[in-house]
Amino acid sequence: MPRELAADSSRGTPRAVMPESGAPAVELFGVDKRFGRVHANRGVSLSVERGSIHGIVGENGAGKSTLMSILYGFYRADGGEIHISGRPVAIGSSEDAIAAGVGMVHQHFMLVDTFTVVENVILGAVKGVLLASGEARARRMLAQLAEDYALEVPPDARVGDLPVGLQQRVEILKALFRGAETLILDEPTGALTPQEADHLFRILRRLKEQGKTLILITHKLREVMAVTDRISVMRDGAMVAHRDTADTTIPELAELMVGRRVLLRVEKGEARPGRDLLAVEDLSVRDDRGTRRVREVSFTVREGEVVGIAGVAGNGQSELLEALAGLRPVSAGRILLGGQPLGEGSRARRREGLAHVPEDRRRMGLVLPFEVRESAILGYHDDPGYRSAGRIDWISVSRDTEEKMKAFDVRPADPRRITATLSGGNQQKLVLAREIERDPLVLVVGQPTRGVDIGAIEFIHRRLVALRDAGKAVLLVSVELDEIMGLSDRILVMFGGAIVGEFPAERATERELGLLMAGADARSEVRRAS
Amino acid sequence: MTTIATGPAAGLPRWAVLALLPLLNLLAAFAVSGLVVLLIGEDPWRVVRILLWGAFGFEEAIGYTLFYATNFIFTGLAVAVAFHCGLFNIGGEGQAYIGGLGVALVCLHLDFLPFALIVPAAVVGAALFGAAWAFVPAFLQAYRGSHVVITTIMFNFIAAALMVYLLVNVMSEPGSMQPETRAFPPHARLPFVHEILATLGIEVAASPLNLSFVWALLCSAFVWLFIWHTGAGYRLRTVGFSPPAALYGGISPARQVVVAMLVSGALAGCMSLNELMGVQHRLLLEFSAGYGFAGIAVALMGRGHPAGIVLASLLFGALYQGGAELSFEIPRITRDMVVVIQGLVILFAGALEYLFVPALRAALLRRSAS
Repeated sequence: MPRELAADSSRGTPRAVMPESGAPAVELFGVDKRFGRVHANRGVSLSVERGSIHGIVGENGAGKSTLMSILYGFYRADGGEIHISGRPVAIGSSEDAIAAGVGMVHQHFMLVDTFTVVENVILGAVKGVLLASGEARARRMLAQLAEDYALEVPPDARVGDLPVGLQQRVEILKALFRGAETLILDEPTGALTPQEADHLFRILRRLKEQGKTLILITHKLREVMAVTDRISVMRDGAMVAHRDTADTTIPELAELMVGRRVLLRVEKGEARPGRDLLAVEDLSVRDDRGTRRVREVSFTVREGEVVGIAGVAGNGQSELLEALAGLRPVSAGRILLGGQPLGEGSRARRREGLAHVPEDRRRMGLVLPFEVRESAILGYHDDPGYRSAGRIDWISVSRDTEEKMKAFDVRPADPRRITATLSGGNQQKLVLAREIERDPLVLVVGQPTRGVDIGAIEFIHRRLVALRDAGKAVLLVSVELDEIMGLSDRILVMFGGAIVGEFPAERATERELGLLMAGADARSEVRRAS
Repeated sequence: MTTIATGPAAGLPRWAVLALLPLLNLLAAFAVSGLVVLLIGEDPWRVVRILLWGAFGFEEAIGYTLFYATNFIFTGLAVAVAFHCGLFNIGGEGQAYIGGLGVALVCLHLDFLPFALIVPAAVVGAALFGAAWAFVPAFLQAYRGSHVVITTIMFNFIAAALMVYLLVNVMSEPGSMQPETRAFPPHARLPFVHEILATLGIEVAASPLNLSFVWALLCSAFVWLFIWHTGAGYRLRTVGFSPPAALYGGISPARQVVVAMLVSGALAGCMSLNELMGVQHRLLLEFSAGYGFAGIAVALMGRGHPAGIVLASLLFGALYQGGAELSFEIPRITRDMVVVIQGLVILFAGALEYLFVPALRAALLRRSAS
């Protein structure tokens, strides 16, 4: 239906030259790319129709990003051809890509925080000694684009002051300003609330109606199902399937991505919560600059219970986690474990039975240049079991690490490999193995499945549920709403450093959580909607 | 096949980075040196022959080479230990210099001690004074955020000025015009290796090589144990690679910075044992003579590993000793020319460490692909 519509309304930009109106916007033929021994793209072919939204899904390391980087001129393919609007093109740099009408919206925005929106938009696109004429042109264009696509952004606001959703619009505007006919969006909803994501999808549909072509790279299957026309699935560097969105299902896509059946829902029994184990009372925490990021937060986590904290990244969850783990001083309030105040610092807390899986495993949870066995004792390196005659007993460390790797299916189970060479999922399983195998009373875990492939997600979720069933308390912080809703027995919503809502998991709805995460007063919003 | 995981040489096999890369750097340095030699109208092959003969050709030469190598081992280890904690200790020069002050104070003022006690006391003095000189920059880096590169450079100048003041105004021998202390008593001198061997009935030519060479090798073993086999070394390396991970693991990065710099300064300080207690037998101006700086190149070339540092020290010792012979044999090649060659080695091994990585990567990957 929208396709005919798109053809009619493809008015507009000077670059919309179409030699053959039926030709696909982007076609790849046998694109091949190796990085050393890694075969990142194996003869990938893809055809993206003009005026459509095309989703590319695949696990981490399946080659999606490499493929798009080739299309955008970051890498040069070893073999294969790229056709844009039916004509072969050589894309050797991002300038070439832009000249061919291909724009990219990066996962981590390429914006200068201290510049205004206009300055960011013209950055690199306006040449010459004086910027005045280019800036004037940019303002006219921004106004036009805002009108055409509902992409309103205050042109003179500093980008650093804008919320993430608006920053993303600036990224989109940058690409459109450069005349992009085809937009590649790399994991665009990673940092957005459900409402912001919905707004983004409205913009994408609008862009499609105006004849633009959109390529959406994501691992969130619900989103590709919601917004795309066609979906291509990648696995191990190869394109394994193309489907019309209308003809496929989430389980089918998941199976295609992983290569086997996967369990998407977390299987868990009834929670049998016991006494309060972790109690947080009127806790306030300041960040490094002295800004209060956690505001008088109180909650408890009971034995045999998973409590999830939902929230958009940057609403104080990170600071809360760090304060609980003893990595950040508490400015007010108390943290109690089994009724006793916790000791100072992460060493003391570990000893007292509070384990912590940090949000950023690459920077904090592991030491990437270390051998796996060295990473596997981080935080427990003073354990007498690892010592003999004052030295670290690497033989027993190796044995212990190998056991943990096997128990948590970390592959390959070689304790002497360099940590950085493990995949994201295996790295995360290593961190979990280290923290869980110590049999803690409380596990505080941040973003347990960020950048982790579906197979490993399944495994990690099962382990967290098993820990709960063993009568431990689990505090889960995640920006993935699905994960929070799937794993938690109780859900807290954090916004602006405060807890703004609490739900038993079975009564939480995505809509209500989303509104609270965005800072709206849920009840009044819900009432207005009904 | 194990490969290097991170850094500019990521993805290359370990053996290539540990052995081939330093060798290539060395060859490049020698090639450029050869060109310079050609430029002044000498035969590069003759220069190489004399250099090697001068460094290893006769007993005395070997003794001198090992003597110089001893200095490089201490300063190289010093740089490497700091490096494992992510710190660039440029202050080895000053720390070695002040370490000499510790040695002199022990040898001149605790001279009532017998040989068996005064030697360990002097070792403690050297290490303690070297460590103390590293402590202030370490403290400022750890707790006040002043960059250790800047502060250690400044402390080199302060050390130089302090020693001039002390040797001219305080410690010089009464009645002497020389800016140096009186000689150490005979029992406060380290025995020469040729003397020790002579007591065992082995006759070798006299050279300044002394007992501190053994201490240098022992220190290399200690550093290896410390860095890779103790909890303290583990903590130090964790901070070196990732301060946030250290914090997470309950390790205080600030404290590790201080520990690393103290060990580093102590090792640098020990260099003065070789020069003062071994050969000069008095404290004098500028005995550290750039060994502290050369230690940076030694540590880089040795890849921060004690075994590599000992090898790199032998190379630098050979260049020093062979170079001295060279300027004697070929007058056109002056002492400065030898410094040029050493400078080129430092340049290629240190600053241009990864120059050949792209070429090496291309060559190795082509081979593994075919």
